[in-house]
Amino acid sequence: MTIDMVPPGLIMIVAALLIALTRGTVRTAIVLAAPLLTLWAVFQVPDGVSLSAPFLGYNIELIEGSSVRRLFATVFSIMAFAGGLYSFRTARGVELAAAFAYAGGSIGVAFSGDLISFFLFWEWMAIFSTIVILSGGSAAARAAAFRYALVHFLGGVILMVGIAALYVQTGSVDVAAMKATDFASWMVLIGILINAAAPPLSSWLPDAYPESSPTGMVFLSAYTTKTAVLALILLFPGEKVLVFVGLYMAVYGIMYALLENDARRILAYSIVNQVGFMVTGIGIGTEMAINGAAAHAFAHIIYKALLLMSAGVVLHRTGKSRCTDLGGLFRTMPITAFCGIIGALAISGVPLTSGFTTKTMISEAAALEHLPVVWFILAAASAGVFLHAGIKFPWFVFFQKDSGMRPKDAPWNMGLAMALLSALCILLGVYPEPLYAMLPYPTDFHAYKGYKLVFYLQLLLFSGLAFFLLLPLMRRTRTVCLDTDWIYRKGGKAVGGALTRVISSGYQGASAAVQGFLGKGQATISGLVGHERRLGSSWAIGTSVLWVLVLLVGYAVIYTLR
Amino acid sequence: MTEKQSGPAPDNHWLVRPSTIRILWILFIAMLAATVVAQLFVEPHASFGIDGWLGFAAIFGFSSCALMVVVAKLLGYILKRPEGHYDD
Repeated sequence: MTIDMVPPGLIMIVAALLIALTRGTVRTAIVLAAPLLTLWAVFQVPDGVSLSAPFLGYNIELIEGSSVRRLFATVFSIMAFAGGLYSFRTARGVELAAAFAYAGGSIGVAFSGDLISFFLFWEWMAIFSTIVILSGGSAAARAAAFRYALVHFLGGVILMVGIAALYVQTGSVDVAAMKATDFASWMVLIGILINAAAPPLSSWLPDAYPESSPTGMVFLSAYTTKTAVLALILLFPGEKVLVFVGLYMAVYGIMYALLENDARRILAYSIVNQVGFMVTGIGIGTEMAINGAAAHAFAHIIYKALLLMSAGVVLHRTGKSRCTDLGGLFRTMPITAFCGIIGALAISGVPLTSGFTTKTMISEAAALEHLPVVWFILAAASAGVFLHAGIKFPWFVFFQKDSGMRPKDAPWNMGLAMALLSALCILLGVYPEPLYAMLPYPTDFHAYKGYKLVFYLQLLLFSGLAFFLLLPLMRRTRTVCLDTDWIYRKGGKAVGGALTRVISSGYQGASAAVQGFLGKGQATISGLVGHERRLGSSWAIGTSVLWVLVLLVGYAVIYTLR
Repeated sequence: MTEKQSGPAPDNHWLVRPSTIRILWILFIAMLAATVVAQLFVEPHASFGIDGWLGFAAIFGFSSCALMVVVAKLLGYILKRPEGHYDD
């Protein structure tokens, strides 16, 4: 290890420790300085392996640089800065420290050259993201964090099995492109897809993230799913199954977001939708498609954080995030509304925003590969994004009816963080060249061509028309929507209850039988040694011991199964 | 833009006045028309034939949104539960 190369993830993790130990101005200084230092360190990482260490008899590669790794680490650092600026005055110390450790873990994954260090940072992220959700503080947040941890540790086990199997098969755990062809690679792919919020376990994301604090969700939205996107780019580029997974996610996110009432949960579903575009791009696998997925991840982290900051300010000021409770807030929250609208336009891919210069790359890649079904579904999903996030979020939160609430606008630091990200959304929209230069493959992509502008403007504006004409069909209701998380939230309980009933009725039957048998045995023995009273009473004690044993075993079985 | 004021304290913010909303609708419809007309003035381009037709994106965008809203509405009958569904 040379002295001029500091592991960027380590800076964030040390900063997390210091944040936990300090208070006041010192802590604020660390929160704001550490991500900038990390950003500098990210740019110092050269191509190829630059830091390795022996670990359990294997030489693990802690730092391996490449353009796409630096691209993700860059946006992870920018996000940590914006998130820190947004949070430092209101977030609890433990949440800030956990968020920074979590961000450090994602940068660690981004630079991992082998699957062992990759896995260690991956699980590190799972632990600290769980703490960020826990910091939401409510009973619902604790329950959601528990479910979140269960899903992610399950994903971790699957990934671990895959990595171990891969090592047994090939003797190597290098992070290198592969295809899902056998057990080992499938396990790795499934483990990663769970973190990408792919079906069938996508519901962990909209279940857990909205229970976190207004500041916590800003961090959560950026790292876990996008680290998984990077992992897919590095490990499974061109894996065809990802095209189907991605298209499903894009449509799933829209459908559930349309049905959802909670503003932050709408945005959570739209993360799944957006990651779906990226996963589709990775599945297409051409240079332009991979570029598109990487660029879209970069842009998405920024505008999604911006949207969640806007929704977070509303939650912070009003204590509410349901569309049915909100409305008309533009009157007293113009900055929050304006920044929220910028984020909404960017996520919709409106020209002059970062969504337009990045997402259209994926569509163009589908067109160049002559994949009409993929292209038309992506176009419909682009229209759907405008419908469910682009208009629905700002409309129901800031306009719609007058809720009568007149909350204050954003605190200065939150406003500043939103202004910074809004500026980035526009900057990447009008001047995407610096981002294009960081992409994994050289590109001469031009987003601004007459026919593209006209196509997307028509698509989006007529989607807007559909929104306003169909508003009566989109009346918000105070409801939640069933998803696959039902299986472990209700289904498990139902199965457990049924098992308990079956076992207890079986136990009753069995105990009656045993009792009858013992009674008979006792009678027989008494009949044999009836005149010896002492022997008779000792049998009664033996029977009760047996009884206690049966009860204890039965209790243990029922307790374990409950 | 279309919903009538139904809040408890209807105010007179210029953005929610019916006259403003009327102007916004007129501007919006003008923009819709302009995007279709603009297609006549840019180089024609189609990746799959049909996507190059005049106003294709307009019809496609509108109808796919309408379809998604209707399908979501129908899914809602199956999937929606009261908010306390998961509470014990």
